[in-house]
Amino acid sequence: MSQIPSQLVEQLPAIQLLLTLLAAPICSMFRNGDLSWRIATVASWASVACAFALLHQVWGGGSISYEMGGWPPPWGIEVVIDELTAIVLLLVTLFGALVMTALRESLSSIMRHQRQSLYYTTFLLCMASLIGITITGDAFNVFVFLEISSLATYTLIARGRDRRALTAAFRYLIMGTIGATFILIAIGFMYMLTGTLNMADLSERLPEHYDNKVLHASFAFFTIGIALKVAMFPLHYWLPNAYTYSPKATTAFLAATATKVSLYVMIRFIFDVYGVEFAFGQMQLGTLLVPLSIAGILVASLTAVFQDDAKRLLAWSSVAQLGYMALGIALLNANGLTSAVTHMFNHAMMKAGLFLALATMIYRTQSSSLASLSGIGRTMPWTTGAFAILGIGLIGVPFTAGFISKWYLVSGALDKDWLPVAVLLIISSLMAIAYIGKMLDVMYFKPAPSEFAEIKEGPKSMLIPCWIFALLTLYFGIDTRLTAGLAGRVASNLLGAS
Amino acid sequence: MIEGLNPALILIIGALLVPLFPQPWRRVYVIALPLVSMLQLVLHPYGSFAEASIYNVPLETFRLDNLSFIFGLIFHIAAVLGVIYAIHDDDPIHPTAGLIYAGAAIGAAFAGDLITLFVYWELTAISSVFLIWARRTESAFKAGMRYLVIQIGSGVILLAGVVLHYRETGFISFNEMNLESIGGKLIFLAFGIKCAFPFLHNWLQDSYPEATASGTVLLSAFTTKLAVYALARGYAGTDMLIWIGALMTAFPIFFAVIENDLRRVLAYSLNNQLGFMVVAVGIGTPLALNGAAAHAFCHILYKALLFMSMGAVLLRTGTCKGSELGGLYKSMPFTTVCCIIGAASISAFPLFSGFVSKSMIVSAVAGEHLTFVWLMLIFASAGVFHHSGIKIPYFAFFAHDSGIRCEEAPLSMRVAMGISAALCIGIGVFPGVLYSILPYPVDYVPYTAAHVITQLQLLMYSALAFTVMMLWKIYPPELRSTNLDTDWFYRKGATAALLPVTALAGQTTDSLFTALAKLKDRTLGLFDKTVGPGAWLSRSVDSSGMVALTMGSLLVFLLLYLL
Repeated sequence: MSQIPSQLVEQLPAIQLLLTLLAAPICSMFRNGDLSWRIATVASWASVACAFALLHQVWGGGSISYEMGGWPPPWGIEVVIDELTAIVLLLVTLFGALVMTALRESLSSIMRHQRQSLYYTTFLLCMASLIGITITGDAFNVFVFLEISSLATYTLIARGRDRRALTAAFRYLIMGTIGATFILIAIGFMYMLTGTLNMADLSERLPEHYDNKVLHASFAFFTIGIALKVAMFPLHYWLPNAYTYSPKATTAFLAATATKVSLYVMIRFIFDVYGVEFAFGQMQLGTLLVPLSIAGILVASLTAVFQDDAKRLLAWSSVAQLGYMALGIALLNANGLTSAVTHMFNHAMMKAGLFLALATMIYRTQSSSLASLSGIGRTMPWTTGAFAILGIGLIGVPFTAGFISKWYLVSGALDKDWLPVAVLLIISSLMAIAYIGKMLDVMYFKPAPSEFAEIKEGPKSMLIPCWIFALLTLYFGIDTRLTAGLAGRVASNLLGAS
Repeated sequence: MIEGLNPALILIIGALLVPLFPQPWRRVYVIALPLVSMLQLVLHPYGSFAEASIYNVPLETFRLDNLSFIFGLIFHIAAVLGVIYAIHDDDPIHPTAGLIYAGAAIGAAFAGDLITLFVYWELTAISSVFLIWARRTESAFKAGMRYLVIQIGSGVILLAGVVLHYRETGFISFNEMNLESIGGKLIFLAFGIKCAFPFLHNWLQDSYPEATASGTVLLSAFTTKLAVYALARGYAGTDMLIWIGALMTAFPIFFAVIENDLRRVLAYSLNNQLGFMVVAVGIGTPLALNGAAAHAFCHILYKALLFMSMGAVLLRTGTCKGSELGGLYKSMPFTTVCCIIGAASISAFPLFSGFVSKSMIVSAVAGEHLTFVWLMLIFASAGVFHHSGIKIPYFAFFAHDSGIRCEEAPLSMRVAMGISAALCIGIGVFPGVLYSILPYPVDYVPYTAAHVITQLQLLMYSALAFTVMMLWKIYPPELRSTNLDTDWFYRKGATAALLPVTALAGQTTDSLFTALAKLKDRTLGLFDKTVGPGAWLSRSVDSSGMVALTMGSLLVFLLLYLL
């Protein structure tokens, strides 16, 4: 009786990828937006179930290796899933599925019915490629999926109703292509040296080439390429526009997943492919990463404080928050890495929720400028309530998810006796209070403009996902087994492997 | 009794349901709720319960021992009296916020670790501000905001202190701490703000008189006494507290005598009474700590009684200004009697509650041979009699007849005042009952000849001074109606001495603010140019610019790695 389920379980890694990848073309075949949405939603929630099942299998350590098409690695393509992979998978699928659920209502106002199915197709492709990047154990595959995700993302952004979305998408296209090309060059150099593309195989063969200039060049190309993808300061300029002009709920998905997956690739390559000793010892990555990430945190937070468009403000805050994660990696100790991995998950959750709540407001006001959101706390109390909880989480108030990641980050800085860094982190939190407070102040305490005095609460299909995000933010502020607990094990694995 | 169930949770969760009850049942419910919770407390055995853990830090959310029991008990009594007092009011905000506030204070008193303490500490701040806002006036709203900022600030400082303390010591339990580490200092400061230490006290006089009539009764009971409890738990025997406390007993007297708003006078005298408790905590001997706990217990009762009587006056006449009141004893005889009982208790007349607790503290000070502190306390005792014992009842109910004729206080207020007054006298006559629940064994006899005679001398001479003042009543009635004549020296002296200081301070702050405003304008201008919308750091860079930036970065990296 257990024959079929156990076979199914063995095939889970492939199913995880195929669910969304196959649902995409099916969606495109229908010209019926609602039907496509149903297919896409079912596929993405099935993919969440799959991610949970995989997380369950690797929980507490251990990893799954799956041979695609039955070809053994290093010749065939290998899929590797360990705890870090599983948490990123969960992040992509769960938050993607939540946004997908809210997407129908959000899109209905800006897109003709027939066009919607193509949009869902792109969305699913984007999700599938992000899943692919996460689970693959093959360096070249990372590049392939990275390209698919970039192409899908350009389309998603360009669908914004504002003309400026086109330029934003174009810039993202240029930058994304350069980033991907650099990563390809880096992988090519490694292939030249070792003759293999399998990550595990690479990590075994690279140490003998540590003094080779080609490997150094490869590392430089990789760092710049991935820094572009992660939107690390000062290569972040594509991000605010891309987030601001992308349509509606899509921003929530992009903000939650795209940069986080790139960050995951960064962690994978630095720790598992190049090796910690090479990256931080020989290449001195820390001396570059620490000042840049701190500068990014401060400059982006400060910039966020002075924005007058809610979407752009949150986009700048994302740049700052990515700085936290980069700093966590650069600290190179258990607490720092724990914070980076935890914050990856927590920030994805909070920022997706914030953008979704904002999309719900924009659904009614048709504008994301702060002025048009004034007094919205009275007309849309539930949406604003969720927004407030998520915002408080982003600041890092105790008993919200944001506190956990900041706590580990400050602890990591103190473990290194970097008191000034800890102080700067506190200062950046104060800036977060300023920019979130600015928005809440406008939403709750300013009188509503007369044309929006009568607007109604957002539709339930958007509100419920918003509140799920808000409640998760509170839940992960208290129960940290899934986030910080797992991240702690991941951190000791990554550091122990060196 | 359910073992391990924290009474605070009964109150807080129960309070959230208050608005759901329709009116006649709500009255029953809000009185029953604190009584049920009190029953749970009284029947509960001592020990540590409801242990949990968060972020792998062990928590002890319900710790019942000698010290926390007496504070938990008096907080319950105050909650019961507070809701009875306000039962005539249909506004659901008052019982809801009031009971959450009481529950938070009780939860904080039962907190066995600093994280739980922090949670309840902030909850007292957030819940209590609604008692101020419930008055629904512009000035109450603003005062509430100021209050909230300071109270939340205290919580944030507490959290910072707790985090540092935990990093330094590795312990999170709420026990004795010291002032040597930064964490310990911050926690002490957080406690000090809530305890209204000198120069940190202004929030109290600012906000309490702005709250509703019944709101002030509850406010006066919890926040500051919680801080006294926290100090007794964490910093008993810290010498610095003796001097802080002594200063606290003395300085509010000067402000109280020149104040016209009678509820503000009471707020000052609240500060003065806290000083006695802080001194006792600073001494830290079993006798002194007993005195602090006993005084907190009695103080909550008689201070609530005084605020209740003034609240009744406010409700019936619409004002609490000494200059506008007078002669109310004809209209409100019951309130007058209760106010006099409260005044006698706060002045520590023998056979009233203040006597049996305050004399413990004064004896503890004498036992440590702290002569100067002892003299300050004696001076403060006389001062209390002036502004609370005489000024409050005299200006409100006697003095120059203001001509106001109003109804007696509503039944609910009279019941609450009656119970409080009975408790004040009961404790004064039978101190053994109170002594039996004090944290340490008591072998103290309040009614010795020496104690009684000292206290009576003090009071009699104060009364004599008052009589002399009465004889000088040839002064125009306007003057008498605002201030006590005997305090003329204080008043003139204080004003004369303070005038240049305040003028200087005013000038300094003025110039400081001008400078700050200039600085703000300049920095904002700078920010607008650099990070404002469309400025160089935040503007959108076009593709070629971004590519150039990327190439530049790559070049830097390559040069760095390859050379």
